[in-house]
Amino acid sequence: MKILVCISNVPDTTTKITFTDNNTQFNTNGVQFILNPYDEIALSRAIELTDGGKGTVTVINVGEVSTEATIRKALAIGATDAVRINAKPHDAWYVAYQVAQYAKVNSFDLILTGRESIDYNGSKVAGMLGELLDIPSVSIIKKLDAADNEATVEREIEGGKEILTIPFPFVAGTAEGVAEPKIPNMRGIMSARTKPLVVVEPVEVKTFSEIISYETPAPRGQVTLVAADDVAKLVNLLHAEARVI
Amino acid sequence: MSVLIYAENAGGTFKKSVFEAVSYAKAIADQNNTDLVAISIGDVDAAGLASLGKYGAKKVLNVSGDKLKNFINQAYASIIAEAAKKEGADVVVLSNTFSGRGLAPRLGVKLEAGVADGAVALPEQNDGKFRVKKTAFSGKAFAVVELTSANKVIALIPNSYKVVETGGIAQVEDFAAATKQSDFKAIIKEIVRAADKVSLPDAEIVVSAGRGLKGPENWGMIEELANLLGAATACSKPVSDAGWRPHSEHVGQTGIAVSPNLYIAIGISGAIQHLAGISSSKVIVVINKDPEAPFFKVADYGIVGDAFEVVPQLIATVKEYKASA
Ligand SMILES: Cc1cc2nc3c(=O)[nH]c(=O)nc-3n(C[C@H](O)[C@H](O)[C@H](O)COP(=O)(O)OP(=O)(O)OC[C@H]3O[C@@H](n4cnc5c(N)ncnc54)[C@H](O)[C@@H]3O)c2cc1C
Repeated sequence: MKILVCISNVPDTTTKITFTDNNTQFNTNGVQFILNPYDEIALSRAIELTDGGKGTVTVINVGEVSTEATIRKALAIGATDAVRINAKPHDAWYVAYQVAQYAKVNSFDLILTGRESIDYNGSKVAGMLGELLDIPSVSIIKKLDAADNEATVEREIEGGKEILTIPFPFVAGTAEGVAEPKIPNMRGIMSARTKPLVVVEPVEVKTFSEIISYETPAPRGQVTLVAADDVAKLVNLLHAEARVI
Repeated sequence: MSVLIYAENAGGTFKKSVFEAVSYAKAIADQNNTDLVAISIGDVDAAGLASLGKYGAKKVLNVSGDKLKNFINQAYASIIAEAAKKEGADVVVLSNTFSGRGLAPRLGVKLEAGVADGAVALPEQNDGKFRVKKTAFSGKAFAVVELTSANKVIALIPNSYKVVETGGIAQVEDFAAATKQSDFKAIIKEIVRAADKVSLPDAEIVVSAGRGLKGPENWGMIEELANLLGAATACSKPVSDAGWRPHSEHVGQTGIAVSPNLYIAIGISGAIQHLAGISSSKVIVVINKDPEAPFFKVADYGIVGDAFEVVPQLIATVKEYKASA
């Protein structure tokens, strides 16, 4: 089985988010970038599915040269090889389009993405890839089991879950539960240095969206503390003041 | 030109998030002096369909049929795109639900439309520009996205726009859209819905608990409180990682993002990754025995105390309050 895993390079989860240039640019100063946590889950499942010579896992990232540390981490975790499409990832459409071009010429049985990237939270790349390649896509999956020609996946729905079978090839966006993230071991780290990382130039594509500015949420007021033995007061406040119950 | 809203049903009924999305789409139609058309796919009865008129839909396209009873991403996207073309809709609105998030990107490609997912406010339209505010960095910020394409797709976050009744009556029309055989490759084997549970992403009240609860056996009081309040239950990441609660309850940066009217956090420290997913809650109540817990910094109301003493009291008081109301 040939699996393609899309990975993105995102600010570490502990990052305090700030902006510069009159709130038009994300402030990358002092920010550590990591492999998107959901992509780590996708990658880990891909490695499990191909374990013991049952296939290959290619990771692909649309990004500038600065993302190579993240790509090497994916190789250290166990990907077979890597592709970097040498461009700034403008938006989900741009990323999906570039990846689709690559996937069209190098056919894959399964394409995995994380359910979303933790920077822009779009959860769009999987669905766009499905449409661009004219294959099924399924978003936010919690479980993925593969058989010969098809996979069984569990998808989250409001208040429950749905179980589907999907023939290969298809695209899926993975969430927690699909696999435990794998930690690179020494051998992985050493071999990552010599695994193939191909750099491909992007194709031209028009873009459909532009981020104009950012805002941070309005600060909250002071907390109103209620004594632990006066719970009735809290209920009153929630009813009469906050009007939420 | 018109605005098209995809009204998603859950087992044949529309939920509040649909009425929010219809109200939101109606406001966009008004901004553009045009009409709002709704499309429903699946098994909704006539009264349900007509009810969309109350929130401003002038017409409802009804698509039904055995093959379309349940949500099939590819087929639904084909149908909605065809309806958008037929109606000349240049803006398509849907709810930012689990299904909506699978559908919006496919629609974006089909309609060559910019997609604003996670929208939290009405678009700002000036000098032909179309700008939508959306959540970013897992709720730690918002981004204003300009959609530069002629067609636009917007996915609205539940609980971020109010339901507005305009009182009209919608005319319901059957709509037959062509679907391809290849749209039905994915096959639904089973749908499991916990019948009596409030779904977390669109819950108005969420009762959430963390590692402070010590073990899964102590969740009875959390569920009891949630039941009393008509709330959904949630948890922090270590709790679901430990298997005390299902992953589907884990909220935060790497879990579900929620925006309820009331979020009650019990025995949760308030780590930055947890706060990321809950910061757009309107009112936050924190119960924690550590007065220095970071969660108190973002809380509206707080009790410094032991959850095992405070929560049973809270249950008793809410019961009294419900009985007297
Ligand atoms: C990459 C990454 C992603 C992450 N994503 C998420 C995420 O999406 N969501 C998330 O929640 N976390 C996430 N985390 C984990 C996060 O950093 C914290 O570890 C987690 O939120 C802590 O959970 P907790 O508050 O339940 O547990 P703890 O940190 O153990 O805190 C327990 C709290 O309970 C209180 N307590 C103890 N006993 C009692 C009692 N009897 N009564 C009242 N209070 C009591 C304590 O004072 C303490 O404040 C992530 C971490 C990483 C590294």
